[in-house]
Amino acid sequence: MGKINFGGILKEASLAYVPEVKVGDYVIVHVGFALSRVDEEEAHKVFGYLKEMEELAELEDNETKPPPHRDPP
Amino acid sequence: MKYLDEYRDGGQAQQLALEIHRLTTRPWNIMEVCGGQTHAIVKFGIDELLPKFITLIHGPGCPVCVTPLEMIDKALEIAARPNVIFSSFGDMLRVPGSTTDLLSVKATGGDVRIVYSPLDAVKLAEQNPAKEIVFFGIGFETTAPATAMAVYQAAQKGLKNFSMLISHVLVPPAIEALMSSPKCKVQGFLAAGHVCAVMGYTEYPPLAAKYHVPIVVTGFEPLDILQGVLMVVQQLESGRAEVENQYTRAVHREGNQPAQEIMRKVFKVVARKWRGVGEIPQSGLGLNDAYAAFDAEKKFGLADHHVDEPAECLSGLVLQGQIKPHECPAFGTKCTPEHPLGATMVSSEGACAAYYRYRRQTPEAAVKTA
Repeated sequence: MGKINFGGILKEASLAYVPEVKVGDYVIVHVGFALSRVDEEEAHKVFGYLKEMEELAELEDNETKPPPHRDPP
Repeated sequence: MKYLDEYRDGGQAQQLALEIHRLTTRPWNIMEVCGGQTHAIVKFGIDELLPKFITLIHGPGCPVCVTPLEMIDKALEIAARPNVIFSSFGDMLRVPGSTTDLLSVKATGGDVRIVYSPLDAVKLAEQNPAKEIVFFGIGFETTAPATAMAVYQAAQKGLKNFSMLISHVLVPPAIEALMSSPKCKVQGFLAAGHVCAVMGYTEYPPLAAKYHVPIVVTGFEPLDILQGVLMVVQQLESGRAEVENQYTRAVHREGNQPAQEIMRKVFKVVARKWRGVGEIPQSGLGLNDAYAAFDAEKKFGLADHHVDEPAECLSGLVLQGQIKPHECPAFGTKCTPEHPLGATMVSSEGACAAYYRYRRQTPEAAVKTA
């Protein structure tokens, strides 16, 4: 069993299925069991992709359609 | 919180939405399988960011919703017995059975307890040797490793007063059942990220090939879902039907091996009824013969108990993506979270509950998504 901090709330969860985790790692927990360790490197990929897209869009200039008008909440 | 807040960034979401707008040339129907994704979509208004001819169809991935009526009735029957402590995840308590629900059984003297984890039920069995402890083991491949471990530990500890009412279900056979229906409108899938965290995604390529549908393993935050939709649209627009993984920070191709190993030990694949849908072959997990002593249906003599589903609740059509929740005549009138007709209005992952909670005051927004 390990102690997991859920945004400030400490709860115990079984680490039986993630033997590789170390103190300080982020894990995905379901009904008292950690099921997966969050991979830091992979977690950043989408932001790299977004940045590339942004740069590409700047290059392509005005070719894109107008953005949807509604802001996300 | 880290790994949550940055995936809810509005500007980045707009950027992904813009890319989806740019790529989309014609209408596409995409199903998000998991009820957790449905809630995120409706809560954050993700469907409203998308081009209007991309339709997100809400899938059957709500474990509480698909638990068949006869299983609820079996739970009610066991929970009402005098020497039993019946334990369950909290959101099962208000799911209506044929005549009552677990919360009412509790109110009339049944010992029904909410537990956070199946392991808590094992603890109850150790602490109450004179009582029969029954756990309601429901859910998809995300809760199955926890249920399996509880049974495994109970066996190791030699507990004789512990058993499980098991109604576990599996995602790939449900996708197969949906796709093989002639009414199916789904052209691409967002596969449920956490199911794949456990099982990996090696089961999906045959489905993608057989039905020529892109399947993208997708996470649960707004940016995950938008990126998942983008990846599906990229495939659809270029005529590809492959299995891809958007949720790489949590999902590996082979899944979680230690979890699968315990599941193989404890469970076997069985046919399972889905509420509102009917029986789907090889779509569930039941206890292996070696663990039959922990089967509550056998222990309490309920294995042959069958119940037909009532017609008034349209949750079966909602679960198959054939109607949206607000298209049901009972939605928000005869059926509310306080007085639900079906489980899709009860569960925190149910599509009807999501629409009721986030779209009730803005019917015009709900209409737009139809």
